[in-house]
Amino acid sequence: MNPWRLYLRSPTAVLGALLVLAVAAMGLLAPLLYPDDPLGLAGRPLQWPGDNPRFPLGTDPSGRDIAAQIFHGARVSLLIGFAATLIAVAIGIAVGALAGFYGGAADTALMRVTEAFQTLPNFLLLLLLVAVFGSDLRTITVGIGLVSWPPVARLTRAEFLTLRTREFVQAARLQGLGDAHLILREVLPNALPPVLVYASVVMAVSILLESALSFLQLSDPNVPSWGNLIGLGRNVLRTEWYVSAIPGVAILLTILGVSLVGQGLNDALNPRLAGR
Amino acid sequence: MSALDIEALTVALPPGADRPHALRGVSLRLDAGEILCVVGESGSGKSVMAMAAMRLLAPGLRVEAGRVLLAGTDLLALSEEEMRRVRGRRVAMVFQEPMTALNPLMTVGDQLAEMWRAHTDLPAAEVRARSVEALREVALPDPEGALRAFPHELSGGQRQRAMIAMALALEPEVLICDEPTTALDVTTQAQVLALIRDLQRRRGTAVLFITHDFGVVAEIADRVAVMQHGLLVEEGPVSRVLEAPAHEYTRRLLAAVPPLRAPAVRRAEAGGAALEVRGLTKVYGAAGLFRRRRATRALDGVSVTLKRGATLGVVGESGSGKSTLARCVVGLLAPDGGEILVDGAPLPRARAEAAKLVQMVFQDPYASLNPRRRAGEQVAQGPVAAGVPRADAAARARELFELVGLDPAAVSRFPHEFSGGQRQRIGIARALAMRPKVLVADEPVSALDVSVQAQVLELLRDLRARLGLSTLFITHDLRVAAQVCDEVAVMKDGAVVEAGPVASVFADPRHGYTRSLLAAVPGREAPGLGGGRPAPMLSPAGE
Repeated sequence: MNPWRLYLRSPTAVLGALLVLAVAAMGLLAPLLYPDDPLGLAGRPLQWPGDNPRFPLGTDPSGRDIAAQIFHGARVSLLIGFAATLIAVAIGIAVGALAGFYGGAADTALMRVTEAFQTLPNFLLLLLLVAVFGSDLRTITVGIGLVSWPPVARLTRAEFLTLRTREFVQAARLQGLGDAHLILREVLPNALPPVLVYASVVMAVSILLESALSFLQLSDPNVPSWGNLIGLGRNVLRTEWYVSAIPGVAILLTILGVSLVGQGLNDALNPRLAGR
Repeated sequence: MSALDIEALTVALPPGADRPHALRGVSLRLDAGEILCVVGESGSGKSVMAMAAMRLLAPGLRVEAGRVLLAGTDLLALSEEEMRRVRGRRVAMVFQEPMTALNPLMTVGDQLAEMWRAHTDLPAAEVRARSVEALREVALPDPEGALRAFPHELSGGQRQRAMIAMALALEPEVLICDEPTTALDVTTQAQVLALIRDLQRRRGTAVLFITHDFGVVAEIADRVAVMQHGLLVEEGPVSRVLEAPAHEYTRRLLAAVPPLRAPAVRRAEAGGAALEVRGLTKVYGAAGLFRRRRATRALDGVSVTLKRGATLGVVGESGSGKSTLARCVVGLLAPDGGEILVDGAPLPRARAEAAKLVQMVFQDPYASLNPRRRAGEQVAQGPVAAGVPRADAAARARELFELVGLDPAAVSRFPHEFSGGQRQRIGIARALAMRPKVLVADEPVSALDVSVQAQVLELLRDLRARLGLSTLFITHDLRVAAQVCDEVAVMKDGAVVEAGPVASVFADPRHGYTRSLLAAVPGREAPGLGGGRPAPMLSPAGE
């Protein structure tokens, strides 16, 4: 059956897609609803949600509008999620495809590099990169991408290892086609589905990594990210807990949405495994 | 009194399958002490019937109506608990693939002992004694050693013997065999068939034997039931069904079995050698820096010559090196010694150059086409890579589709929209698109049903006549070799033991191994099989 129809038949997958779309819509609508700088002073600090009709989600310890930061933060989180995932998947597929397709010495060399990356906890590696290269948004996005590719490479390599010996690949080889054709046209399209599914995990982890950095106040302080807001609320956690809780729920729902999309993709692309 | 009575059994397939029912109102009686063969092509429902009787249907399949009576008790009405006591003790089963049917992490002895441990409370010493006795009965050499062996330490035939020992351990009334010899070599198959027959005679077990091979039927059956599309089309004593089949479908199936006798005269082709292989050697698993493995000589000084316009068959059992030879000839494997000459010149190392000289047709019609690309593209991509303009290559792909008996408009379809036989035709078109000097066919019909196999063989014969193809034809099936080959080379343990014109080799084999191969072909003496007439063409592209 058509993967799209399979996907749309699963209620949780549709819920996940709706959550992600809702976050995207928040990001798109942010400049219209909150045209002012979300990091600018808006009113008295630490007003509870609902106290003041101007601030439906209240204000933070510096007197900035939490709702404006949530809407603008959606852009930052999704942007970091997509860009970092793109970087991680691109590096991972390139490394995994070359290692899996050629095997032998190329495989050994590339896999040792992959393992070198994997032996370091990726958050520590990210901290190191931020400490060395600074913490503007671009550096952080690239950094998250750089620490997230090894699992993608391993997955791609495993797919390539089994697919490269298939008869249709041998047949294409016998037709005199070059390695680039074999890798890009014959093997990669068949190796892609599990990698796409895993990309949703990378995206969820990317968003979390950025939030964790912000919470430690190591992220870019000049962008209104959800993690920054959680970090700001840390000092008032026992009295004005909503400052941390509201962006926390936003992160939770976004990651839930991304994960459900990934699960739905998995079931739609591997229909034999679904329902078992 | 019948041992197993299947009454009007109807099994529904899940919605969206190609037909609503796997079985439709099948009634079959298995008497005590007889072997009933159920024959049919893939999709006929023969395995579903066996699984339904064991209540082991795959998820999605559902018994809609009917009864399965074991000595008067309806198995379908038993509770799960009661059914567990029936399986293994009263009805046992032998599966097709002995490697996957045995647990790779348990010794054969432990798996065999489980039969008694699960169903009886015999003491351990008694279980052990019976295990040894059971393995001795299936004629395993060194039964004590086999008990301690893990499945991978036994050969395929030995594993299947162990499976049979397990199935017969508790002396069941009914034994169900689902293609038990299909995965085995022909000489091993002959031994296992003789063993099943022998045990069945001695114990009086009723055997339901499922197979696609009429040769096997002729060897072992008392009665035959023929199935097609979930219906029982014919049933009767083996001699009557083979000699005077009543149903049209049975007649077609029997006619599609290739006769073992080769047509005596085949046009002698003048002209030199299209392919010459001289002293080819290939060693697997030579010692490397970090691993030491026992080196296997897969090819040991193999020399064969394929004349222009002729078909050279390479026959042998698994492990004889025939597939290694094919892969060396097309350049997928680099030989360790010897020469391969195509039209008198060595095979070029450059992939694009070699592609114009040799092409290959693969065994598995499902694995040999890329599932995500259109059929026509896969045929045209070779010529495009060789510099043919895209439009010309596409036009040529349509011509080739027509040549191999497919609808030219089907070039834009994806592989899953074709049947197995049609896919094999696409594989042939893909190979022909490069206009090769030599075509290597590696078991091109062994994954196909017998009627489809007959059509593809007919196509290959037809192409040879029309295009003057020179073909190296690898096969384990001597019947197939007799039909398409002019000359034949018999391989054993990486060496050619006998070679010559197929008619004379098959009529008067010189080497002992060739004689034992020919003697093991199932049903070679059966009337109705191998009558010497060429297989008739059925509808060209259907299955």
